Amino acid sequence: MHTKTAHELHELLVNKKISSVELTTALYDRIAGTDDKIKGYVTLTRDEALKQAQAADERLTTGANPTPLTGIPIAIKDNFCTRGIKTTCSSKMLENYLPPYDATVVTKLKEAGAVILGKTNMDEFAMGSSCENSAFFPTRNPWNRECVPGGSSGGSAAVVAARSAVMATGSDTGGSIRQPAAFCGVVGLKPTYGRVSRYGLVAFASSLDQIGPLTKDVTDTALMLNVIAGHDDRDATSIEHPVPDYRSALKNDVKKVRVGLIRELLGSGIEPTVKAAVKGAADQLAALGAEIVEVSLPSFEHAIATYYLIAPAEASSNLARYDGVKFGHRSQEHRDLISMYYNTRREGFGAEVKRRIMLGTYALSAGYYDAFYLKALKVRTLIKRDFDQAFERCDLLASPTTPTVAFKLGAKSADPVAMYLSDIATIPVNLAGLPALSLPCGNSSGLPIGLQLIGPAFAEELILRVAYTYEQNTAWHQTSAVI
Amino acid sequence: MRIDVDHVARLARLGLTEAEKKLFADQLAAILDLAASLQKLDTETVPPTAHAIPMKNVLREDKASPCTDVEAIMANGPVIEDHMFKVPRIIEG
Repeated sequence: MHTKTAHELHELLVNKKISSVELTTALYDRIAGTDDKIKGYVTLTRDEALKQAQAADERLTTGANPTPLTGIPIAIKDNFCTRGIKTTCSSKMLENYLPPYDATVVTKLKEAGAVILGKTNMDEFAMGSSCENSAFFPTRNPWNRECVPGGSSGGSAAVVAARSAVMATGSDTGGSIRQPAAFCGVVGLKPTYGRVSRYGLVAFASSLDQIGPLTKDVTDTALMLNVIAGHDDRDATSIEHPVPDYRSALKNDVKKVRVGLIRELLGSGIEPTVKAAVKGAADQLAALGAEIVEVSLPSFEHAIATYYLIAPAEASSNLARYDGVKFGHRSQEHRDLISMYYNTRREGFGAEVKRRIMLGTYALSAGYYDAFYLKALKVRTLIKRDFDQAFERCDLLASPTTPTVAFKLGAKSADPVAMYLSDIATIPVNLAGLPALSLPCGNSSGLPIGLQLIGPAFAEELILRVAYTYEQNTAWHQTSAVI
Repeated sequence: MRIDVDHVARLARLGLTEAEKKLFADQLAAILDLAASLQKLDTETVPPTAHAIPMKNVLREDKASPCTDVEAIMANGPVIEDHMFKVPRIIEG
């Protein structure tokens, strides 16, 4: 039961072949059998989940408007506020934080009847690309437990890959949905900035953060996006743009769709097996009728430097709220208010969070603001223009999601710059606010390879259609990790 | 490029151990060298982008609605007294 997708399980649920309580119990059995090895979850919510499953079964029985997610067990990344359920951001700072409200996305998923199995591990405050920055424990890649699952939504990607959740939520500031999706061989979508409400998502870099699904296949991604997309009065950056039925975009047809392969992301920094898999995927799309062209986005080489000024600058401001006064950790060691701030933040934050607060504070400080922060905002314009020009020639862009397959635990943890460079293909997309999806397109030494499809703002339907067509004509989504 | 770690940590009200100060001085220098690569780009006439999706002021009707449960908010306070968040002394004397 745990191996099936949400749309397959939905058929079984509405036809009374299984109940949500049985399904939820089967998923907890699967968690019991796998999560000691994978460590994807930080909190399990079994009692609440079984109540939600019972309610879902009633809704399915009475025919009271069941949705495609009614009774489906899902996992929530631990930076989404869940009322009365610990929301830690995998940080000591929020180790015991009980949000007084649900994130809008959590509310919508609950209203759709989804069953919440628990909260997933992540890099602390979503800062990282490997899940090793969790203050609690690292998560392991289900395909090879010596390797990282990626990050920051590493726990969510790992539990979907381990089949210990049917689907999961993630957040993506510089690749935090797509990179772990690629490393774990699942589908991950970062929607257009503003497509999904961020109310109740613990803020990291507010001009870049966006919420999206991690699922076993493209259809499930469309089903979750149907539930979570839309304007929200509580998030002033969410956009009033009509929400289509994303499932109806899933057509097995890419004829005449013009896909641009990004030259800068198929160069020397990309592992040969990854390059070959992505070129193979492009050939496959061409055989299905798509038109493949090569495009150049020259400002991409500056994207990492730009991102690592803008994101830390925004983070240093967002994380100023963790001062030990109203919620979260407070140091017991202090002689006055100021020393309480210092000690609270010294004890509560891990190394990567401190590094980024330092970097962002520096980039915003007097004398350096123009040279660093303002400069980065201007280069951001250049990156956005490169995309605009590329989309005059192409309907979609394609690239590897990551330059390599999943790396070993510890391989990059001592060298922040090496870790940052692993986000080269995903970061430009956040800087331009665009939608992009990663889906499995190959395998190298037992580790999955991800294909990234990038669209213009609000082109989620076209991205989903092309991804669906590729998936229907290949078998990567049918392979799974053996644990 | 080296930064004054003590000064920046003070601006961020961030306590660092001696070991962290030394480590961060080296690591931040490496990151800022990467960032300095932007300086060679001519951006004289390029406007900055703070938000990728253009947005104007967002307004809503000025209508009262129920707020989050105050007790649940207070319950997260590290030190609470008489329904207030208590902090160490701020003013000397």
